Amino acid sequence: MSQEKNVKITMDIDSLRSELRDNSVRVIDVRREEDYKKSHIPNAVNLPLANLLSDDSPERVVKLVNTIGIDDETPVVVYDDTFGALASRVAWTLEYLGHSKVSLLETTFSKWKSLGLEHDDKIPQIQSKEHTIQLNSEILSTTDYLETSKNKPNVLLIDNRERLNYLEQHIPGAINLPYRTLATQDKILRPKEDMKRLLDNRGITGEFEIITYCGSVGTLSGLAYYALKSIGLSNIKLYVRSFKEWKGLEKPTVKQEDAHYWDLSAE
Amino acid sequence: MTLSESVNSNPISSKSKINWGKMEEAEDFAATVKLYRQGKFDEDSFRRYRLQHGAYGTRMTNDYAMVRIKLPAGEVYPYQLEKISQLSEQFSIGSAHFSTRENIQLHWVVLEDVSEILRGLADVGLTSREACGNSVRNVMCSPLSGVCPDEEFDSTPYALATARFFLRNPLSQSLPRKFKFNFTCCEKHGMVRMVDVGLISQTRDLDGSTQKGFKIFLGGGLGNKSFVGHQLEEFTPEEDLLYTSIAVIRIFDRLGDRKNMARNRMRYLVNDMGWEKFRNLVLKERAIVRATQSVVTRLDVDHAPNLIKRPIQISDESGGSIPEGYARWIKTSTLKQKQSEYHSVFITLEAGDITSNQLISLASIIQEFSSEGNARTGFIQNIAIRYVHEEDLPRLYSKLLGVGLAKSGSLTMAAPVGCSGTTSCNLALTNSHRLAKEIQRKFLELKLDQDDDLSDSSIKISGCPNACAQHGIATIGFFGGGGRVGKEMYPNYQMSLGGRSDGETTLGSTCHRIPAKRVIPVILKIIELFKENKKSNDTLKDWLHRIINGKEDTAIKSMHDMKIALDFLTIPPTKEEDPDFYNDYGSDSSYHTKTGKGECAA
Repeated sequence: MSQEKNVKITMDIDSLRSELRDNSVRVIDVRREEDYKKSHIPNAVNLPLANLLSDDSPERVVKLVNTIGIDDETPVVVYDDTFGALASRVAWTLEYLGHSKVSLLETTFSKWKSLGLEHDDKIPQIQSKEHTIQLNSEILSTTDYLETSKNKPNVLLIDNRERLNYLEQHIPGAINLPYRTLATQDKILRPKEDMKRLLDNRGITGEFEIITYCGSVGTLSGLAYYALKSIGLSNIKLYVRSFKEWKGLEKPTVKQEDAHYWDLSAE
Repeated sequence: MTLSESVNSNPISSKSKINWGKMEEAEDFAATVKLYRQGKFDEDSFRRYRLQHGAYGTRMTNDYAMVRIKLPAGEVYPYQLEKISQLSEQFSIGSAHFSTRENIQLHWVVLEDVSEILRGLADVGLTSREACGNSVRNVMCSPLSGVCPDEEFDSTPYALATARFFLRNPLSQSLPRKFKFNFTCCEKHGMVRMVDVGLISQTRDLDGSTQKGFKIFLGGGLGNKSFVGHQLEEFTPEEDLLYTSIAVIRIFDRLGDRKNMARNRMRYLVNDMGWEKFRNLVLKERAIVRATQSVVTRLDVDHAPNLIKRPIQISDESGGSIPEGYARWIKTSTLKQKQSEYHSVFITLEAGDITSNQLISLASIIQEFSSEGNARTGFIQNIAIRYVHEEDLPRLYSKLLGVGLAKSGSLTMAAPVGCSGTTSCNLALTNSHRLAKEIQRKFLELKLDQDDDLSDSSIKISGCPNACAQHGIATIGFFGGGGRVGKEMYPNYQMSLGGRSDGETTLGSTCHRIPAKRVIPVILKIIELFKENKKSNDTLKDWLHRIINGKEDTAIKSMHDMKIALDFLTIPPTKEEDPDFYNDYGSDSSYHTKTGKGECAA
């Protein structure tokens, strides 16, 4: 725990650029391979989220991590082009594996490029490394875990999907914190003070054990996981299989009744 | 400052001169919600507080609110629309809603997040303060004020000054009921007789010089019971504008009914007392106000002319072809201004809804095309981009088309108004909101927007007998209710015909009750009957006006004849014959009425 506290949740652009110059960090680009090949942050390695999700058992993940040159001590920075949600899911997977030195880039690759910062299409040569498996099961919620703990008074369940989806159907007892709420125009997460005020207003505080979930694979809720960590909360779990599995298992759901809210949307 | 911050500071090209916002109110709201949730604030006081800050209740739940953002005189700037876009994406449903009173509403906001919206609004000089509750509501002004060919002078600075005077003024914090001002340019474009105080700019010659002033109408209003306003006097000079407003509000404050919630708008006071008596009271009170506060209390009217500067063309696309539909759009969605070479472009939104992405596009389009650097919301859930140079119109059309904002028929019957209905309102009985969208789609599909006979008519649909959609002044108006066949219920609308809000303001005459799923066929049938019986140069509006006034001599002479002609469309089929008849729009389950507590009167 104490070691984790020294790792920043997000790494700012200036710091990453200096770490890149010192070659003291492993940068992971989680976009699709074709996008990565066109251009990426210099020396970044590619680990497409879809590839990771095709089998995210620890045994396979550790192999992937080894081939991109990450051992237990390698500082890692992850970025995407999807407001941080995909990067969060990859970062969380590393954490789950037992890696403790992972940060998110504070912005997206598009923003990085639009600022005129360096990027290229060179594929770096990576020396394989050996990572251990020390599962950090404290940050994972399974369906069983969620079901047994969600009604405890000290447990807070957060749904990070958009408002209309939440109104239509959600896990009983969940509150809704849409992922858009967490970001600013430029950064994947609000500044700490801003985030703290927002979450305090919603009663999301350190007195709770918090479980986050979203639609299917834990990306939007992965971002929320880091949003909560960014204000110093520590007892957080990601329900990584999220609403898709919950519904698939035909668990109970609730809906906001007697209102035609979908017809207010201009979509 | 980090690198990313320094690069991203967008220049703001045009900025509002007035800051309506107040950051402390956001902080206070957050603190008050916490106290309320801890049980340290009773329901009633909290509701009053919430409404005073512009947060209205939501259908069947205490967890959500609707935040009503006031746009005094309808003025809104690109950077403000960008902020509203962000807020709608973060805290609402990814869409925003333009109201009939120049407000923009964000629905389904978690009560605990309202303070974050207030904070964002204060950042860009906007407020929702006194947008709900028993206060002076948003001061409206015709979107054509300043550009209307028929106006005497621009009312906008007076509307803004009036809004400034009453906002946060102790006079308007706890009135018997809400109180509304509408300013307008001319008889045709305003709604001055359907509001507590309606004002049209006027001039007169006084000793060889021109004096500015207003025609003021008092005591009008639409609702469960509607009244047409009365003209106070021939001419009210501009110096008397504020004194008159204060006098009227003081009388309402003193004598208005604070007990009977259903009858406490000022129009009931005027009606109960009788116009002559009310008028004398106002004139007497005004003399007192004038005598006691002559110097200190003044309207702060900003007469500095707005800067009109045609934005520099970014690229020359004059060689490109004009997209299809341009002529239809020009005809039905734009108006020539009194300033030669300039046009006002009206954007109709389906029942007032716009996505957060469209708001962002709209902001940049306003910046690119409006020579006054801002836009004006209108009376029918729409928005106008004014001072568009005529040479820029084809390019503007392409841009709007690209983001789904170039619907034709903005200024015709093909732009119906629908209140929020059962999409969010506690009082609603039907999904009037969706019905308005369905009618618009049908009208555009049939190209009825291009029919000159229909262009000055209107369709307005409220989801309950209250009149948020202003159905009483529609050429064809509807308000929702429930119908019944045995034990089965179906959504139903009371239809009224012949309403209008111009110089000959008339409340629509009650006609049939029309089942929701028959509303579109009935409208089309009325148009068909009109076409069969019309005189040359006739419009639907004139034809219906003659019918309700007993002055029509063809097949449909009276409302009775009309009812008979429409009878066949009002008979409910059995549930076996047509199960869809028993569902409201937007719903696949059987219709039943369900309402919560209204908050207008809280």
